[in-house]
Amino acid sequence: MSQPLIDLRNITKSFDGTVVLDDLNLSVAENAFVTLLGPSGCGKTTTLRIIGGFETADRGQVVFDGEDISKLPPNKRQLNTVFQKYALFSHMNIAENIAFGLKIKGKSNSYIQDKIKYALKLVNLDGYENRSVSSLSGGQQQRIAIARAIVNEPRVLLLDEPLGALDLKLRQDMQYELIRLKNELGITFIYVTHDQEEALTMSDTIVVMNQGYIQQMGTPEQIYNEPENAFVADFIGESNIVPGIMIQDELVEIFGTRFACVDKGFGNNKPVDVVIRPEDIDLVDPSAGTLTGVCTHLIFKGVHYEMEVTTPDGFEWLVHSTDMCPVGKEVGIHVDPFDIQIMNKPASEDEEAVGVNE
Amino acid sequence: MSKKLLAAPYLVWIAGFIIIPLALIVYYGLTDRDGAFTLANVVSIGTPEHRKALWLSLWLSLLSTIVCLVLAYPLAMILRNRGVGRGSFIVFIFILPMWMNFLLRTMAWQTLLEKNGVINGILSLLHLPNQNLINTAGAIILGMVYNFLPFMVLPIYNVLCKIDDDTINAASDLGANSIQTLLRIWFPLSVPGVISGITMVFVPAFTTFVISNLLGGSKILLIGNVIEQEFTRGSNWHLGSGLSLVLMVFILLSMAVIAKYDKNGEGSAF
Ligand SMILES: Nc1ncnc2c1ncn2[C@@H]1O[C@H](COP(=O)(O)OP(=O)(O)O)[C@@H](O)[C@H]1O
Ligand SMILES: [Mg+2]
Repeated sequence: MSQPLIDLRNITKSFDGTVVLDDLNLSVAENAFVTLLGPSGCGKTTTLRIIGGFETADRGQVVFDGEDISKLPPNKRQLNTVFQKYALFSHMNIAENIAFGLKIKGKSNSYIQDKIKYALKLVNLDGYENRSVSSLSGGQQQRIAIARAIVNEPRVLLLDEPLGALDLKLRQDMQYELIRLKNELGITFIYVTHDQEEALTMSDTIVVMNQGYIQQMGTPEQIYNEPENAFVADFIGESNIVPGIMIQDELVEIFGTRFACVDKGFGNNKPVDVVIRPEDIDLVDPSAGTLTGVCTHLIFKGVHYEMEVTTPDGFEWLVHSTDMCPVGKEVGIHVDPFDIQIMNKPASEDEEAVGVNE
Repeated sequence: MSKKLLAAPYLVWIAGFIIIPLALIVYYGLTDRDGAFTLANVVSIGTPEHRKALWLSLWLSLLSTIVCLVLAYPLAMILRNRGVGRGSFIVFIFILPMWMNFLLRTMAWQTLLEKNGVINGILSLLHLPNQNLINTAGAIILGMVYNFLPFMVLPIYNVLCKIDDDTINAASDLGANSIQTLLRIWFPLSVPGVISGITMVFVPAFTTFVISNLLGGSKILLIGNVIEQEFTRGSNWHLGSGLSLVLMVFILLSMAVIAKYDKNGEGSAF
């Protein structure tokens, strides 16, 4: 692999004695769309602010294109930020906002005018040059914040929950807009969100964080289909997480019943966590099921039905299916081997803190 | 209906303590001792000694306002960036004098500056020549700055606090160094607070007579002293009112000018 554009090495940061980031390592390749995903307070913004230069790490290095930039102030870094609350300059009109960085750099007037036009076109707000910031809606302000950043032709754009304040419909539109922008500009995006759906839709790499630790890093498919621990499984989409025992390779026991699976290398008779996505559970005739239970809950969700099937051991399985099973009916549960995801149980308390936190 | 009733005490207050006194001043200012209409009281601002007092007031209050601004802006900046909540020493020093009575504070300066006062006492202990401190324009400016500085700091501090940290970060992110950020972001965004601070210092400084009485002696007459003397010693309420009207017009004019610049009406003193 070629040299990463941004390399975070052993980043540690505490606020008032509380460790927020602990020995974090992260490499971002040129032209990637990397999303930091995790619950509120897990240290995403802090990570982004350390990359942007608004916060300094207690320990560790920020390496940009092979050069240690840990000590550089934000105005000397070749990246731009789109702030969570836009942070537009309210005393300037839209054109002046977009021109700010270029004027600082002493670009010529005609160059600046061209750039403003180009950027406004790119964010679909042509003709907004002379509008005031306060006359714009949240979504429009967001676009201006992006325009203001990209006219500087940064190599990396940092975005901190840029769509967090928008309503659902607008958020979805802006997601596609951002992907289009990213492709047109060909620059690296580091994106922060706590919305797993947004992360899955937009990114080519997702970094799942919890309590200052990276839990898993991978493509959206890897993160969704092969969560490495219960936290990731639980955080990304809905899932059934049950304790199990790995009898041997490709065979796991759940509540005393053996299921065929495809995972290997966990050892024999090892306690594990088993993740099964609700849409991967097939409801079948009781006689054909690996497990049998009674449907105890049923909601129509539009695309599918959401059901709960309670098995004799008391576990409530969450099931998504287009087939409907009325409440009170006995039903069989079948899961295809490749839909069963096995994860190591955290061995010690320490590992639990690092790995799995619920 | 009940809302109107609730407003009644305030209406009485406004009528009793603002409207009626104002009407009386207008009445006195535009009449002579016999009650006949005259402009003489107002026009008398043009007499040399009144003009001199007016210009001196204008000049000293302007100077004090500028000194206050120069002192207050960095102070407000420090307060904003440190956060008052952290109980910084600066805030303490700054707040302390405000707990004392205005007159007491000014009299304290009198004792310090007097011919045989504390400062000259220390100077003579060090075998340095005595300084003529009290009864100078400088003493008056000192008194004005000392008394009115908080009125400059607070509105500026307020407006600076409203500026989001990320707005400043954004400027830095876009390549601005701290001086560029100061000139292009901090200053323009704090204009409303500066304007309101200027009014809140300039108006009381322009009209004061207590500070000039205590620190300027009888040598330096400000327009406030002239008016005060007409009311107390001269017992010429008509002349005093007439001059007050002129002063009022001056203040209203300066407010109008200031309001023009205070587009957003933010941080306004009124
Ligand atoms: N400037 C700060 N001072 C003190 N604590 C902070 C500061 N910034 C962040 N924190 C704390 O660090 C933790 C992580 O914050 P943050 O990086 O903003 O999380 P996220 O963006 O993932 O929600 C939180 O517990 C937050 O309270
Ligand atoms: Mg955050």
